[in-house]
Amino acid sequence: MLKIGLDVGSTTLKSVVLDTKGQIVYKKYERHFSQIADKVIGMLSDIARSFPKEKFAQLSIAGSAGMGFAEQVKIPFVQEVFATKAAVRAFQPDAEIVIELGGEDAKILFLSGVMEVRMNGSCAGGTGAFIDQMGTLMAMTPAEMNEAAANHQKIYTIASRCGVFAKSDIQPLLNQGANKEDICASIFAAVVNQTIAGLAQGREFDGNVLYLGGPLTFLSELRNAFDAALKREGVNPENSLYYVALGAALVNNDDALILEDTIRNIRLLGGNRDYISLPPLFRNRDEYRAFRKRHDQNAEPTDAPLTDSKRAYIGIDAGSTTLKAVVLNENEEVSFAKYLPNSGNPVPLVKNFLEEAYEKFPGIRIVASATTGYGEEIIKNAFHTDYGIVETIAHFTAAKKYDPDVDFIIDIGGQDIKCFKIRCGAIDNIFLNEACSSGCGSFLQTFAGALGKSIEDFAELGLLADQPVDLGSRCTVFMNSSVKQAQKDGATIENISAGLSISVVKNALYKVIRVRDTESLGDHIVVQGGTFLNDAVLRAFEQEIRRNVVRPGLSGLMGAMGAALYAKERASDEGRIESTIMNRDGLADFTHSVRATVCNICTNRCRLTINTFDGNRRFIGGNQCDRPVRSKSDKPKHNIYEFKKTLLREYGDVNGVRRETIGIPLVLNMYELLPFWHSFFSTLGFGIKISPPSNRTLYLNGQHSIPSDTACYPAKIVHGHIEALLDKKVDAIFYPCMTYNTDERLSDNHYNCPVVAYYPEVIRSNVKRLAETKFINDYVGIHRPKDFPRKIQPILEREFGSVALKDVERAAKNAYAELAAYLNAVNDKGEALLELAREENLPAIILSGRPYHLDNEINHGIDRFIAEEGAVVLSDDCLMRRYEKFPTAVLNQWTYHARLYAAAKFAADADDPNLNLIQLVSFGCGVDAITTDEVRSILEAGDKIYTQIKIDEITNLGAVKIRIRSLFAAARQKTGVYHV
Amino acid sequence: MSERMTKKSERIEFTKEMKKDYTILIPNMLDIHFRFLVNVFRRNGYNVELLTNADPDVCSQGIKYVHNDTCYPALLTIGQMISALKSGKYDLNKVALVMSQTGGGCRASNYIHLLRKALVNAGMGHIPVISLNLSGMEKNSGFKLTLPMLRQAFAALIFGDCLTLLNNQTRPYEVNYGESENLVNHWVTTISELFEKGGAVDRKSIRTLMARILESFENIQIAERKKVRVGIVGEIYVKYSPLANNNLEKFLFDQGCEVNVPGILSFLLFKVDNRLEDIELYGGSGLKKIAVNVMFNYLRQFEDDLLSVLRTSKRYIPPASYAHLKKIVAPYIGHGCKMGEGWLLTAEMLELIESGYENIVCAQPFGCLPNHIVGKGMIRSIRENYPEANIVAIDYDPGATRVNQENRIKLMLAIGREKLEERDSGLKTEKIDYAYSFSPVKRAA
Repeated sequence: MLKIGLDVGSTTLKSVVLDTKGQIVYKKYERHFSQIADKVIGMLSDIARSFPKEKFAQLSIAGSAGMGFAEQVKIPFVQEVFATKAAVRAFQPDAEIVIELGGEDAKILFLSGVMEVRMNGSCAGGTGAFIDQMGTLMAMTPAEMNEAAANHQKIYTIASRCGVFAKSDIQPLLNQGANKEDICASIFAAVVNQTIAGLAQGREFDGNVLYLGGPLTFLSELRNAFDAALKREGVNPENSLYYVALGAALVNNDDALILEDTIRNIRLLGGNRDYISLPPLFRNRDEYRAFRKRHDQNAEPTDAPLTDSKRAYIGIDAGSTTLKAVVLNENEEVSFAKYLPNSGNPVPLVKNFLEEAYEKFPGIRIVASATTGYGEEIIKNAFHTDYGIVETIAHFTAAKKYDPDVDFIIDIGGQDIKCFKIRCGAIDNIFLNEACSSGCGSFLQTFAGALGKSIEDFAELGLLADQPVDLGSRCTVFMNSSVKQAQKDGATIENISAGLSISVVKNALYKVIRVRDTESLGDHIVVQGGTFLNDAVLRAFEQEIRRNVVRPGLSGLMGAMGAALYAKERASDEGRIESTIMNRDGLADFTHSVRATVCNICTNRCRLTINTFDGNRRFIGGNQCDRPVRSKSDKPKHNIYEFKKTLLREYGDVNGVRRETIGIPLVLNMYELLPFWHSFFSTLGFGIKISPPSNRTLYLNGQHSIPSDTACYPAKIVHGHIEALLDKKVDAIFYPCMTYNTDERLSDNHYNCPVVAYYPEVIRSNVKRLAETKFINDYVGIHRPKDFPRKIQPILEREFGSVALKDVERAAKNAYAELAAYLNAVNDKGEALLELAREENLPAIILSGRPYHLDNEINHGIDRFIAEEGAVVLSDDCLMRRYEKFPTAVLNQWTYHARLYAAAKFAADADDPNLNLIQLVSFGCGVDAITTDEVRSILEAGDKIYTQIKIDEITNLGAVKIRIRSLFAAARQKTGVYHV
Repeated sequence: MSERMTKKSERIEFTKEMKKDYTILIPNMLDIHFRFLVNVFRRNGYNVELLTNADPDVCSQGIKYVHNDTCYPALLTIGQMISALKSGKYDLNKVALVMSQTGGGCRASNYIHLLRKALVNAGMGHIPVISLNLSGMEKNSGFKLTLPMLRQAFAALIFGDCLTLLNNQTRPYEVNYGESENLVNHWVTTISELFEKGGAVDRKSIRTLMARILESFENIQIAERKKVRVGIVGEIYVKYSPLANNNLEKFLFDQGCEVNVPGILSFLLFKVDNRLEDIELYGGSGLKKIAVNVMFNYLRQFEDDLLSVLRTSKRYIPPASYAHLKKIVAPYIGHGCKMGEGWLLTAEMLELIESGYENIVCAQPFGCLPNHIVGKGMIRSIRENYPEANIVAIDYDPGATRVNQENRIKLMLAIGREKLEERDSGLKTEKIDYAYSFSPVKRAA
């Protein structure tokens, strides 16, 4: 009798056959391309053929895509981690830790001591699919990535929790010309980081490590990255791809089946179709033909001759995944266009484009040129184009050409979704996708790739699908599992393809734009961007909003068109007659080289890429601020964030007079309460040590004890601060739980959010090293100043022996006074800055968030970026004198959030076009799901544009800058000043 | 696109006039308990209807009208209501909604406001929403929680807890399939009839009734079967509502488990006790303390009654008292941790482990803030003291798929089963996916 184990993974099918002695007599591995039933039948038939004498077999199925299938065909199912464990026990009994990465799963098994098994939760970054996705972006196969990574010099920090974040980290690196070798190695390092952070959860890696699963079998560099991180050498055993299948075969004690009957059974039961479906995109070919005919009317040539004057305008859109470039003639017709995948480096593509243009039009007179997109700056620097404009304005400029009355533009590109509402000829509102609301072109591309198709073929498959799968709308990672579920339910590729196109549209409408009533989009809708080139997506969009839209003939080129049109308009305003763009001779001598380095100016330690053009011109990318690239500060900066930081630095370490030294972590609410506790403890004679400023290394030092990876970054970084205090050997760490914040009379209650209130409990429960010192995390209420001294006194006495109540009372008095003085100073400064902005007619931004958004590592220098753009940076806590309580549509019960609403109200009512508000939102902040909608309502009631910036562990400042620049551009449009 | 808020709209009150002919819709959460509650409302002259719609439109409407990063329970309850309103089943000018409002530092206090926002955006802003709370927030002239009604409601919750517990411990082992469920239905009808006559609310009759209920369950014939014992804790809505947790209880039951879902009574006690704890920790008025204490002791009597009856049983495992929960959790987390389910969730995990349910599903909405602390945040220290604890945290969310959730739960079950067999190696399992063990007999102390 044979023992067969089948492992139906998310992308591959593996099988193993054991004989009665437990020897492996057969194994096979192949991709199943979603055709699970067919492939299983094929494999079992092959087994039957290979062992003609065996009629009976014990058969069981494991694997993430195998569960539903097993139920359907009535074959025993073995959970895959459990199967792995059984196989490891049988074949590698010495292994103590198993790390297994699969297509969409990551697992760690701790087998020694207290056995623990961990699987990645619903955020599935850092898996095989993640590597595939990154490969698509790099235009490399995983094997090529492995090869490249072997020769790396440097590791860049790349977010791996979410493919969306990772892409936005990688894209700028590519655009800045970082080496592929380094990027590939960084991607592997990110996967390692994610696996350890997400799954180890405080457990140390002590013992022999075993590497299993596809990615770890095929990618030696990934194994090396794990070895480096774990500081030990793991083993990749023979048959490492087959452990799940082996385990499935081993665990089975069921009755034997007749193999042939089983195959017949699967054929009978395996193909059932049972999933939630949507109406088809087109009911028949005729409907599709009519649709094509309507849209084909907008077709436009891309080879209009130059006019007699030979004058031309060049627009280049160096997007995240594609490069678009056009030459417009004097009549604004396209004479020459390129639409190319940028493969990570736009510079040579632009060079080719220009060369071809010069070749094609010998007498061309380029009057003006402009660049836009992610690569705007590098292209501008490399080729001396005249202008750079923010993408949003480029697209609007182009759309106006097709429909002067356009009131809504939606652009779905490779990585971005951009939508703008136009009102009175100006951009009124901008929506950009952010993490977890991302389903763009590259998303379709990744799926197409996983199913072995090109994106065009893949999307086309869906056009005539009869029952598109309802996949909902969610981030890519979740979508993977939705597709998996659909595959399990027997959906065909056609129906999955149609379902994905529909989900891209729904995602854009309901997640990014957050549209409630599709009527409100307007009557003149222009759609553009590469993704809309797919008829399936376009059709899904029209179906969803129940109205026809305009897809310009050159919808993929709109950014470049807009840039060229902008260049033309601006040249005519300025009377420019010749562009500075590099001429034919310049191109012939053009050279480009790249070097990576680290900026040492501040603690951010930005990884810089230094591009050198023509041997002497430098362009630096990767910088978070302009310090490494400017020679001397030209404009004075007005930034309340810097001011607050300077104030807080006053509360530094002090030596104790007669008491122990207390460590205070500068995290979360401590960013505001530091003056209070500092004064309190120093009055009592305690020494004080403050945790050092946050940075990435500090975070990584504490990462291993984070129990919930989906908590916000400001909370997760607390672990690093605690480790740093432990290193300082303080006598006690004081980090109290605080359900309540102080009452500022702006709200109905004065809570802290649950995370701010109770994170000390997480620290107590998860940081083992706390045994080295005292950890004081009692529940403390400074909202009742009268009760506070008598409530905290017993806590102090418990930890430090006798402390007189009257001393505590005096210390408390000082503490309250110190906090008031600090807030007063902040507000004095705020008032002064606001006055200055008004006097000098400067734009002012209330950069609102929470006190802890002051942390550089958390805000990624966004405050400095805004200040460098010439705006006065204010905060929601520096204009408190101007706030009053007002009714909100949501329950206003958190102290920090009340400030936010009040600040929004102030900005909305201020009747000051120069004053705007930007809300910083930390990824994972559940409370901000409520505040953001409310702040938007308040601002929009006052005709203000709402801008939200989501920040996480790693944030791509490129996207942030687009947002901020768009806000400035839109505000300028409103005030009537069109040009920068 | 969010609607422009021109002026603050006034809250639509539920008036006395409306009470006459309006249908009041209530979202569902706890099956047995809410069946009682509906009867209580009806008896008091409210024409209530329990929403049972659970089709995909519920979620779509939620996604459409509620900010998607808001917790899943808000999205579902609001989606369920809007979907029902749009179904055409109700006269939109003769319908009102009920939403509970707990207050407290969690996002959940905002549900009612989010519901109103959603209604406005769906063009149904005229529909009154009644806040169900015990703190006197938002008064409505047509809706009053009278003392007799409150007494019935509390009694309903006790009976609900009692029946749920007995049913959960009987059903997996019953010899005659369906007997336990039938008994539950029988008692829901019987007790509702008693409510109708104004009975079954005083301590004595409650105690007597519970003794009869217990007796009736003990008469059900059971078989010795090997079962993996699984406890469910979590955010209250996801923990209880099958709509939110993808039918978790049924799934576990089908996998051959005995399920223990701790009751609602301790949650009520917890919410009341929080006020006492606040005064204890931060100071506050003595008068308030006395008033809250009265309420707390009133609820505690019910608990005493429930426990004293269940403890007489030789067959069933009674739940621990609130006082015990509070005691065992103290080394893990402070009693001041009160937002959401607060320390109670941690305590329930500990108690489940103590009483033999060491396999635990901790269910929460994706990104649930309190559960970062009291759920996932505490698992490590629990496991340090109870290495046998086999806890899996599952996130629920409109995008999370069942297949992922069930796969993780199956892993937990596989480990649970293996441990069961190691401990009890004499019995052989019949099938990989279906393990049997233990009858619901109390563990030897």
